[in-house]
Amino acid sequence: MSFKKRPDGRDFDDLRPMEAKAGVIKSADGSAMFKIGKTVAFATVRGPRELFPRFLKNPKKGILRIYYQMMPFSGVGDRIRPGPNRRAKEISMVTEKSLSEVMLLEEFPNSVIDVFIDIPQADAGTRCAGISAAAIALADAGIPMKELVAAVAVGRVDDKLVVDLDYAEEAYEDGPVADVPIAVTSRSNKISLLQMDGEVDKDQMMELLKKAKIACAKINEVQKKALKDKYEVQK
Amino acid sequence: MILNQEMKQHIIDSLKKGVRFDGRKNDDFREVNVEYDVAPSAEGSARVTIGDTIVLAGVKLGLEKPYPDTPDSGMLMVNAEFMPMASPEFESGPPSIASIELARVVDRGIRESGAIDVKKLCIEAGEKAWSVGIDVITINDGGNLMDAAALAALAALKATKFPKVKKDGSIDYKEKTKDSLPLVKEPISVTAHLIGDQILVDPSVEEEQSSDARITAAALDDKTICALQKGGERALSEEEIDQMLTLSLKKAAELRKRL
Repeated sequence: MSFKKRPDGRDFDDLRPMEAKAGVIKSADGSAMFKIGKTVAFATVRGPRELFPRFLKNPKKGILRIYYQMMPFSGVGDRIRPGPNRRAKEISMVTEKSLSEVMLLEEFPNSVIDVFIDIPQADAGTRCAGISAAAIALADAGIPMKELVAAVAVGRVDDKLVVDLDYAEEAYEDGPVADVPIAVTSRSNKISLLQMDGEVDKDQMMELLKKAKIACAKINEVQKKALKDKYEVQK
Repeated sequence: MILNQEMKQHIIDSLKKGVRFDGRKNDDFREVNVEYDVAPSAEGSARVTIGDTIVLAGVKLGLEKPYPDTPDSGMLMVNAEFMPMASPEFESGPPSIASIELARVVDRGIRESGAIDVKKLCIEAGEKAWSVGIDVITINDGGNLMDAAALAALAALKATKFPKVKKDGSIDYKEKTKDSLPLVKEPISVTAHLIGDQILVDPSVEEEQSSDARITAAALDDKTICALQKGGERALSEEEIDQMLTLSLKKAAELRKRL
């Protein structure tokens, strides 16, 4: 049996319903909530501030430091033990790389910008939701950036290429599945995060890149709206 | 050793003129060697050398209770140790993010390709299954640990023989059977690097430290890609990704012949 219809009835290129809000954590220098379907990410920015331990300081540019973490109750099934595991550390690292190129870190020598990405509710695509939230939060913190970054997981379920997989699709068992998290910069339209596991050939991969760019442009509109909603002067 | 900006610029300028410091072309690997059964007490092992880079991989098998969410499957675990012996950059202590990334990329290549038929590792559903632990140990970092580690892990799996199971269900590690692991696919990883505007494979340490972006692709013999990982801070265009994947797939087919 082949995969003909998505479990939640979406078209193959459709994203799940999105919602974004800037400034949700008042004690932070910048913050955001990004929700896509049942996946929710909070991003909290603290800094630029003095970097400890001191030997990590870079006199030429500031450091972006991401702490990604899933909350213990965020998944279906077993409790997730809090604290950084290998998966969380790797996701934190790729998130750093996906965002640092758009940021003007040279303006903050010797400092650190800490971003805490916390996932209260997960239904696949958490690292992508985290990146989308972090970009809003960094802009909300007033940190100079060349452009925004949006991210989405595209992929393959059986013989179909799909956008924004949910958990039911990731777990599809009657055929090959590929999960491809991709981050796209908003203006230069380049790919700053690319990971994949599953099975695709190169042509499908290139097709997925195109789909991700279109989807990220839609996410970008939601990000911009969140920022405008907070900062635009009410007339 | 941290490269200074001048050295990095020199590497970029040289690459533009088509010159790599060791005289290779951009799509040349250094000499690749694979030796099997280098650690006979392990159930499987291999040593891979790529130029000066040396990596050991060992497989240990054990009998364990399957994970509750996959009661009818065996377990797979990949760990990587960046040993202080291998590079002045590596320190003892908790695993560095680089070693975690390497372990996870090797793990994904093997796991997501379905290289091992984990269902065949199950002895009694929910009760007993084989666990496959792959440890990748760096002996010397001469650049390109990622590809060397993935190749060593696969080679060690190929060389693995099950130990004998005694009548009481415990394992007699001293005696090996002739049975190999249910290895149904063989993923080969190749990392393509972008330095300046040049794309190359199998970087030296200096080239690796000058790298702007990299993509590791694990591929099967039919050119199916089964894992990808982008690294480095530079964002990539579609054309760059296309070129990097094309090069990785081509070199993976060549590397496959070394096994």
